[in-house]
Amino acid sequence: MKEVKIFARAGQGAITTAAILGEALYYEKKYAYAFPHFGAARMGAPMNAFLRLDEKPIRMRSQVYEPDYIVVIDPTLIESQACFHNVKSGAKAVVAVRESTQLPKVEGVKIYTLPAEKIAMDVIGRPFANTVLLGAFAKATGEVKLDSVLKAVSGRFKGKPQVQEKNVEAVKKGYENV
Amino acid sequence: MAEAAKLCRPGVVAAYPITPQTHIVEHLAQFVADGELNSEAINVESEHSAASVVLGAENAGVRSFTCTSSQGLLLMGEVVYCIAGMRLPVLMICANRAVSAPINIWNDQQDSIALRDSGWIQLYAENNQEAVDLVIAGYRLGEDQKVMLPVMVCVDGFILTHGMEIVDIPSQEDVDSFLPPYTPPFKLDVNDPMSFGLLGDPSVYMETRYAIHKTFEDVLKKIPQVGSDYEKLTGRDSVRLVEPYKTDDAETIIIAMGSVCGSVKDMVDDARASGEKVGLLKVVTFRPFPKQQVREALKNATHIGVLDKDISLGSDGALYTEVKAAVPDKKVNGFVAGLGGRDITRKTIKSMFQLARKEEKSCTFIDIKPELLWEEFRVS
Repeated sequence: MKEVKIFARAGQGAITTAAILGEALYYEKKYAYAFPHFGAARMGAPMNAFLRLDEKPIRMRSQVYEPDYIVVIDPTLIESQACFHNVKSGAKAVVAVRESTQLPKVEGVKIYTLPAEKIAMDVIGRPFANTVLLGAFAKATGEVKLDSVLKAVSGRFKGKPQVQEKNVEAVKKGYENV
Repeated sequence: MAEAAKLCRPGVVAAYPITPQTHIVEHLAQFVADGELNSEAINVESEHSAASVVLGAENAGVRSFTCTSSQGLLLMGEVVYCIAGMRLPVLMICANRAVSAPINIWNDQQDSIALRDSGWIQLYAENNQEAVDLVIAGYRLGEDQKVMLPVMVCVDGFILTHGMEIVDIPSQEDVDSFLPPYTPPFKLDVNDPMSFGLLGDPSVYMETRYAIHKTFEDVLKKIPQVGSDYEKLTGRDSVRLVEPYKTDDAETIIIAMGSVCGSVKDMVDDARASGEKVGLLKVVTFRPFPKQQVREALKNATHIGVLDKDISLGSDGALYTEVKAAVPDKKVNGFVAGLGGRDITRKTIKSMFQLARKEEKSCTFIDIKPELLWEEFRVS
C-alpha cells in the first residue's frame, strides 16, 4: 500500500485531485481510497486530502502521517504546514512552485517541481494547479498511467467540452514538465 | 449511498441538510429533479419535520428515506421514538458525528448511540460497500411483515461519507427482485379509515413495548436470513450480526463498530505477522444486540478490549456495557477513543492491544492530552 498526502487550501481542488487519481487507479484495476480532512470549512484555509492505493482492498481509515508521496498544490504552505515532516525515506514530492518558492533540503526525498499555476494560467486561464499536478504525479511516481488520468479527467468534465479540453491539456503539460 | 437509496425506490425523501450528511440528500434531490427517481423530495424546515414527513408517508403506505446526523438526529429524537412505536419501517442513514457542545462536525458515534433505545434496528457499516449493502438489505428487513420496525444505517461521518472508494452497486433489476414493493398490513386509507399513534393508556402501553422487544428477538434470526438472500444476489456476506476476524485462535480480541474495524483488521494482520494471537470482532448489528453471537466469538479469548467512539457519561462506553453483560465472567477492558474526530491511528490501536492484556478497567480514554486537563484529572 502507498499513501499520498495532498496539501492545499480549501477551494484549490485537493479533494478533486485525490478523487481523480482514485478513479484513474480504478481503470488500472487497482484499489484506492481518497478522503479529505477538513479544518473549519472555509475557502482559503489550509487543508489536506489523502489517497491510499493498493493492489487489494484498502481497510486502513486513519489519516496519513508518513506519506510515500506528497503533492503540494499551494507552495505557500510548505513551511507553515510542515509539508515535508515525517515523509518516508525514499518518498517523492510533487510541488507546484512560484519564483519566490524556497524548498527545504530533505534527505532521502526526491522533489519534483514545476510552475503549475503558471502552466494552468497559460492553458486553462485560471490558476488551478491541481490538474497540472495530476500529470506531474503520474510521471514522477509511475503509480498511474497518463492515459488513465486523462480518462478520469475527461470523465469528470464530460458535460463541459471546453473545460474538458483545457484540463486534459493541463494534465499533459504537467506530465511533460517533470 | 444515495445510489443505494435510489435503487430502493423510496416514494418520499425528506431530510434537512447537516454536515456530513448533506451531499447524500443533495444527490437524491438531484435524482428526483432529473427524473431518475420517481419520488417526492419534500423540503422541510427542520429535522423534526423531516422525521415527521417520513412518519406520515410510511403511515400512508409509502416507502420513505431520510438521512441526518448529530444535532439533527437529536432534534428528530421525539419523532424517532414515534416511528418505532408506530411500527413504521422508515430507513434512515445516520452520518455519525459528535454531539454539541462544544460544536464539532467530526466523527464519533455518540449521536446514534443516544437513540439506541428508541426501537430502531441499528446497523453499522465498515466501508462504503457495506453502507450500500445495509441500505438495500435494511429496507427488506424492516419491511418484513413480522418485523415492521425502522432501520438506522450508521456510517462514520467524513471517513465514509466523504471517503471515495470503489463500490459494486447492484442493478435495478437485482434490487427489484430482492426488495418487493412496500405493502404494510395497515395504513392510512380513506376507504378503510383507521387511527394510528393514539393514546396507549396503562392498560395497553406496556404490551406495545414488549411486542417490540420480542420482535427484536426475531430480528436476530431474520438478519442472517436476509443476509443469506443478499449474498445469493451479490456474493457479499456484509449483512450480518457480527463479523469475527481471525478470532478462532486469538488470545486477545478487540471489539468495535463501524469504519475503525478496517483499521483494526490491518493492525491484526500486522500483529499476527510478529506472532501475536490477536483478532477483531466487528459488531454490525448493535440493535438488537447479538449477545449469543458475541459470547460465542469470545469464548476462547483471554483478553478482551472494547473500543467505543461514544461514552455514556458517568458510566462506560455503550458497546462495552453490552459486551461485559454478554460475558460477565470474562475480563473485559473498555476503551473510549476517536471522540469528536480525534484520529484513531495505528498507534491508538496498538496501545489498545497492549492495554487489553492488562488488569480490567471498564473505561480508559485513549489519546487524551493531559496538558488540556486540570491537574487532578491527569492520569499517568
